[in-house]
Amino acid sequence: MRELKILAVVVFFTLVTYWGVEPFAHSQMHKHVEGQEFIYNGTADIKGAEAALEKAKAEGTDTAAAQAKVEAKKAFWADVEKIAQLQGNAANGEAAFATCLGCHNGAGVNMGGVIPPNLDHAGSLYDKNYLIALIKDPAMASNVDHKYEDTMTHPMGSIKGMITDDQQIADIVAYMQEKMAGEVTTKEAFDEACARCHAMRYAKTTQLGDTPEFKHEKDALAHEIKVLEEQELVKTYMGKLPPDLSIMIRARSEHFMETFVENPQTQLAGTSMPRVGLNKEGYEKVKTYLEEVGDPSKPAREAIGPWVILFFVVFTVLAYLWKKSQWRDLH
Amino acid sequence: MAHFEKAKSVNEWLDQRLAVNTLKRVLSTEYWIPKDINFLWAMGMVLAATFGLLLISGIFLLMYYKPDATLAFDSVNYTIMSEVGYGWLWRHIHGVAASVVFLIIYIHMLTGIYYGSYKKGRELIWLSGMGLFVAFSAEAFSGYMLPWGQMSYWAGMVITNLFSGGSLEAYGLVEWIRGDYVPGDAFLTRFFMLHVLLIPLVIIGLIVLHFGTLRIPHVNNQEGAEIDFEEAAELYKAGKKKESKVIPFNPVFLSKDVFVMGVYFIFFFYLVFYHFNFAMDPVNFDPADGLKTPAHIYPEWYFLWSYEILRPFPKDPGLIAFGIAQAAFFFLPFIDRSPNVAPAHKRGLFFVWFWILVVDMIVLTILGKLPPEGIFNTLGTIAAVVFLLLGPALFVITKFEKKL
Repeated sequence: MRELKILAVVVFFTLVTYWGVEPFAHSQMHKHVEGQEFIYNGTADIKGAEAALEKAKAEGTDTAAAQAKVEAKKAFWADVEKIAQLQGNAANGEAAFATCLGCHNGAGVNMGGVIPPNLDHAGSLYDKNYLIALIKDPAMASNVDHKYEDTMTHPMGSIKGMITDDQQIADIVAYMQEKMAGEVTTKEAFDEACARCHAMRYAKTTQLGDTPEFKHEKDALAHEIKVLEEQELVKTYMGKLPPDLSIMIRARSEHFMETFVENPQTQLAGTSMPRVGLNKEGYEKVKTYLEEVGDPSKPAREAIGPWVILFFVVFTVLAYLWKKSQWRDLH
Repeated sequence: MAHFEKAKSVNEWLDQRLAVNTLKRVLSTEYWIPKDINFLWAMGMVLAATFGLLLISGIFLLMYYKPDATLAFDSVNYTIMSEVGYGWLWRHIHGVAASVVFLIIYIHMLTGIYYGSYKKGRELIWLSGMGLFVAFSAEAFSGYMLPWGQMSYWAGMVITNLFSGGSLEAYGLVEWIRGDYVPGDAFLTRFFMLHVLLIPLVIIGLIVLHFGTLRIPHVNNQEGAEIDFEEAAELYKAGKKKESKVIPFNPVFLSKDVFVMGVYFIFFFYLVFYHFNFAMDPVNFDPADGLKTPAHIYPEWYFLWSYEILRPFPKDPGLIAFGIAQAAFFFLPFIDRSPNVAPAHKRGLFFVWFWILVVDMIVLTILGKLPPEGIFNTLGTIAAVVFLLLGPALFVITKFEKKL
């Protein structure tokens, strides 16, 4: 009995210490960001603009511009909602999609800072509202409008002049959701959504895609130079080279990753990382891939763990019986 | 040369040459331990076992680790974690054990304080134990540098900066320690050497000394009672086990140790498989970058209490307070003036002093990780001052303690 009381005291103080340095400390160190369930309706964007307006008022700086920003965001996301209500026609959308193929053609050529992403599975990876928003105004949709005076300077900004009809936007999105929505692997999800900016050296992937095996060192070096050139372009476009994501899954908490992907501005105000617009399933695929590369031992851990614990439970029971027999005649 | 008879068994052959039977008797079957003990007395063996785990897992990691500022990070996070069979298991065992070993050290230390096991005759047990605490701290810090992540780099920066001595501005000393102006390759390779060779040698030596210091004063017991070990041992050997106050280390004491170790291993491997993140800070999974300071820099949990004694004060007084905190526990046997060897609950005010110490150290630990802002700053200052006052308080309390 006395031993159990002592144990209770030891466990109590250990748990208090643990609580203080882990859950409590982390709750104080990192601000809480509300998740949005991967719904893209501009709520967070408008809230962010409103916060900027409050700040401008408090500091007595240019409130007119901040006020205009709030109005613009509200109007933009109201338009998106309106287009989402339209009935899209996939056949018409296919014809209109030809416009997109000018850049999204898989040629792997850098355009205005990045290689335009492959859209093979865009319909299943990205949220419908986000796709509508992106075609309507790429800078607003990805919440990086602070970087562009005018959306036309965004690498995809010209779309604003090419597709102006709301019905056409609805058609293209309907087409993508119908025809570009096949089964997607975790690697494809990562490649299409992230890999044009982020390398993943543990998976031997760069901004130029998978690194091939080269027979000759000369070819390997030539490829390396191409990668460096591409990274230079991405760096110029983004302000810094986006980090390698090899073990990002262990470097950030699950909550951070999720809310950051939903809306990078909430976790890292002013970042040039655009919102990617992944839907819930798309995000899960990407997360699984990050886990496969960055935390590959997870399946092994889960398979072996119970056996090791069981071993020590049996060990402890046997040890207890031995102790009992040794201490029997002592008291 | 001495005369040797032909041996009839392997044991006899060894006994002739190594006196193994005598060794076995002296070191285990007739090494007497008091009977009146609880599971806290098993912490020494739990520590020895954890050190064993660290040593074995460390040897496996050493085979693939590359002490080079450009290769270290990937050799740990890619080679060991993805390519080496069960590399992840060795790394998680090593990381979790490095953290848990300090939990057990603190329990072991506080047990010693509670039961007065550092007092007259047992000072060397305490001092060698404190030596081990310092050696383990150095081992933990040097090991923390090796993955060469953001926290390795910046913790290395902050801790080596302490050696500039505040207003003394001894930057030459800091550079000498680092081998460079900032932590770099020279820094990493010397900490690698310290971690895998010099400090482990010191630790092993100190463990032997720590065991040696126990021999003459013997292990303390729950009531702090003075025992005539020779007499008690005779009783035991005569079969009067109930009357004897002692038990042999092997197998009686050991059987209890092994049971406690079993319980501990269940807890330990639960952490290894299901709850290792507390011991492997996420920030350290970002590669070291001298141009990007992390938002929060903090040491591992076991250094937080002394870090928090450094933090709330201005530069020079902070360093002095920090120095005092590092050395304070060494002086415990000499500050405590009471002749009583007894558990704290029988020692009046000392009992109160003990629990204030425990609570204050936990408060300091928690505050050490929190951002130094607002109320946390005030609380931190109070807790640090309380800690510094505990030393003189102990002297006064024990000076007037009634003899039991």
